[in-house]
Amino acid sequence: DDKLLTEPLGHPDFFSVKELFTLKDLFDARVHLGHKKGCRHRFMEPYIFGCRLDQDIIDLDQTMQHLQLALNFTAHVAYRGGIILFVSRKRQFCHLVESTARACGEYAHTRYWQGGLLTNAHIQFGPGVRLPDLLIFLSSLSNVFEPHVAIRDAAKMNIPTVGVVDTNCNPCLISYPIPGNDDSPAAVELYCKLFRMAIIRAKDKRRQSEAIEELR
Amino acid sequence: TLRLICTTTAVQKNNAGASGPEKYTEAFIKKQIEEFNLGKRHLANMMGEDPETFTQEDIDRAIAYLFPSGLFDKQARPMMKHPTEIFPEQRKIQWGEDGRPFHFLFYTGKQSYYSLMHETYEKLLNVQKHQDQLIAQDLPLQKEKRNLAGSRWLTKIELEEMLLEKLSDDDYSRFIQLLQKLVALPCADIEEKYIQKFSREVPVQLQKVVIEPLQYDERGVAFSTGEGKRKTARATAVVYDSGTGKITVNGIDILHYFPVLQDREQLLFPFQFLGRIGKHDMVCTVSGGGRSSQAGAIRLASAKALRSFVTEKEVEFMRQAGLLTVDPRVKERKKPGQEGPRRKFTWKKR
Repeated sequence: DDKLLTEPLGHPDFFSVKELFTLKDLFDARVHLGHKKGCRHRFMEPYIFGCRLDQDIIDLDQTMQHLQLALNFTAHVAYRGGIILFVSRKRQFCHLVESTARACGEYAHTRYWQGGLLTNAHIQFGPGVRLPDLLIFLSSLSNVFEPHVAIRDAAKMNIPTVGVVDTNCNPCLISYPIPGNDDSPAAVELYCKLFRMAIIRAKDKRRQSEAIEELR
Repeated sequence: TLRLICTTTAVQKNNAGASGPEKYTEAFIKKQIEEFNLGKRHLANMMGEDPETFTQEDIDRAIAYLFPSGLFDKQARPMMKHPTEIFPEQRKIQWGEDGRPFHFLFYTGKQSYYSLMHETYEKLLNVQKHQDQLIAQDLPLQKEKRNLAGSRWLTKIELEEMLLEKLSDDDYSRFIQLLQKLVALPCADIEEKYIQKFSREVPVQLQKVVIEPLQYDERGVAFSTGEGKRKTARATAVVYDSGTGKITVNGIDILHYFPVLQDREQLLFPFQFLGRIGKHDMVCTVSGGGRSSQAGAIRLASAKALRSFVTEKEVEFMRQAGLLTVDPRVKERKKPGQEGPRRKFTWKKR
């Protein structure tokens, strides 16, 4: 059991996450498109490649690195049987995100976030609840264009977060930010596909390793 | 030296109310069901009946016999029912041994409601896809109109019972709006079964009052009966078609039974209204109430009986004149702190 858990940590890319996407895929899915110059957040300036006709363009090389780190991290969490919670407050993609979560066998929350969900969980759900081990934000803003409450709550409860940050978002409290577009349907479908494939791959590998261990 | 600090258990207990309503475990409910079945057999033996065919009605009768109670509230009396009827349905623990919740929307808080919204939205998308396919093949869209008049959507309480979860008014209205949106699409017939789960039939409310046909007694005379009430008086009247205009109350002629002119006028009013004073005979029985209320009760009974002799237009005239309506006025109760129903005690300044 110990060997099962420590072995993947030795490799830099145990689940070969780099093969899941290429720069061309990101470009075709319009991930590099940001919001207008006026909406730009100060802390997103390092991730922005440039500005064309007032519209910010996100640097896809940096996005590639961040996305690879984030997918690797989610795969490791899924391998160790962690609870993953997909969060998004975009009404257009609510159904898509919930279907993705269901397909992975993980959990989703795309509705109104009640105040004490993470911080007051023992009273809201009952004693002995297990909190999520990873939060994935497909859109880190809430419906009022402010940072989602879950980012701050996860930081309070020491839960790591992975999040897609657009040019008007604050990437501060997110552990693995992914600078990229969160408004186009093509981009969000691409993210869902990537996360789903990474999680399923990790779970399959875990089952295979356990089967091999049992045979011995 | 040690000093014993004596405290009562009441002081040591933490805030007991904070844990919410009692949660019954599955094992507890199972034990209750076993005890109920055993108790049922014991009861059947006690009453000398067959334990195998002892129904719930027999149990209720046996308990009412063994534990007679004069308490007013039926629910305060001793009762013996199956535990599923007594203990309200509750949610069992939502997560497995390793801590992972069973439902994928568990962390939202309202898992059944949101999963219902998710399913309904999926049906909506299905219908839209089907519509697009039909348009692509240039086929006509189905236009059968659903009968909206005879059905209503589930009420909020019914939905709460279905989902075993508390809802807010906002949530409920959003769900109904989504259902209406689904129904409004032309190809919604595909999801007919799903929609029927959330709609109920409304029974037809209008019930026409059936006017009884005339009956014929041994002599061949047509007659008809009517019942009436006023305050505490109850009356039945039999109106014969023969003639002479004789009216008998409890075997006594009205001149002797009702010495006061006002009461006799009340009795004759229906006949006077229809212009049939000398044409009908009446025999009535009346009990309860006082002089005036008995007269009112007989008036109503005779008007109801006369409906069978008369055209529909004249029945409508009678109804508008107030001859066929039951007078709802009864004696108002006396309230505490007052001398009568309305009269207050004399107010003294000092």
